Amino acid sequence: MGSGPVIILFILMALVSITAAVMMLRSHNAVHSALWLVLNFTAIAVLYVLLNAPFIAMVQITVYAGAIMVLFLFVIMLLGAEQLQAMTGVEGNERYHRAVAIVLVVLLVGGFGYLVTLGGIGSGGETAVIDASPVALGLRLFEGYVLPFEVTGVLLLAAIIGVAVFTRRKKKEA
Amino acid sequence: MEITIDWYIALSAILFSLGALGVLLRRNAIIVFMSIEMMLNAANLAFVAFSRHLGDLDGQVLVFFVITVAAAEVAVGLALIVTIFRSKKSINIDEINLMKG
Repeated sequence: MGSGPVIILFILMALVSITAAVMMLRSHNAVHSALWLVLNFTAIAVLYVLLNAPFIAMVQITVYAGAIMVLFLFVIMLLGAEQLQAMTGVEGNERYHRAVAIVLVVLLVGGFGYLVTLGGIGSGGETAVIDASPVALGLRLFEGYVLPFEVTGVLLLAAIIGVAVFTRRKKKEA
Repeated sequence: MEITIDWYIALSAILFSLGALGVLLRRNAIIVFMSIEMMLNAANLAFVAFSRHLGDLDGQVLVFFVITVAAAEVAVGLALIVTIFRSKKSINIDEINLMKG
């Protein structure tokens, strides 16, 4: 693929992901928010493909847009929480939160602007495309990161047990 | 013209900011949680972009770990929300103030 289609695809996916993010924040129905977030994740998966990361793109779609968002939708529908209050809140708090949010955005955009104009992170240009197939990624994972990988397993087990303990109803309650 | 890493980092920063905005402005605990997921995702995008830029696979390995931790975090967080909803009949984070000093 030449650089023309890549630029068009990038701009398209960037617009889709930003729009989906804004709509997620704005929508009053939690189910709609979850669906907008799925769109956001899918757009980012396309960007991963552009970035030569096919395995991560696949994991993004199956785990993030699939498993995690289905879990979200389950909980939203289980609680009947889709219509719970959207933007309402304590008035004074709201203003304070908005100010903090604006300061954060200004800091982030300012920091990025500094990096691009003075720090020059992108000045190195494109480097050689490396082999990022699932095979290469798996080899790298099991050659250099065996211990973290095992720890991940323990972490997931701990999460499963924790969730089971959390949501168990006490005998007298049930 | 070429898509450089700057563009990806800019997009990542924008998405992260939107996520932070959601955490600060929304009162529905589930939406707040989704915003946190979006921030994690923005960080992942930056990781993959840098991995591509530096020609090093380690960034993608790290994203793999981030996704695993995010999955565990979602399970525990949603269990917390369900438990809170059971006892308080609400997931408005302004009403969850039991630990307020």
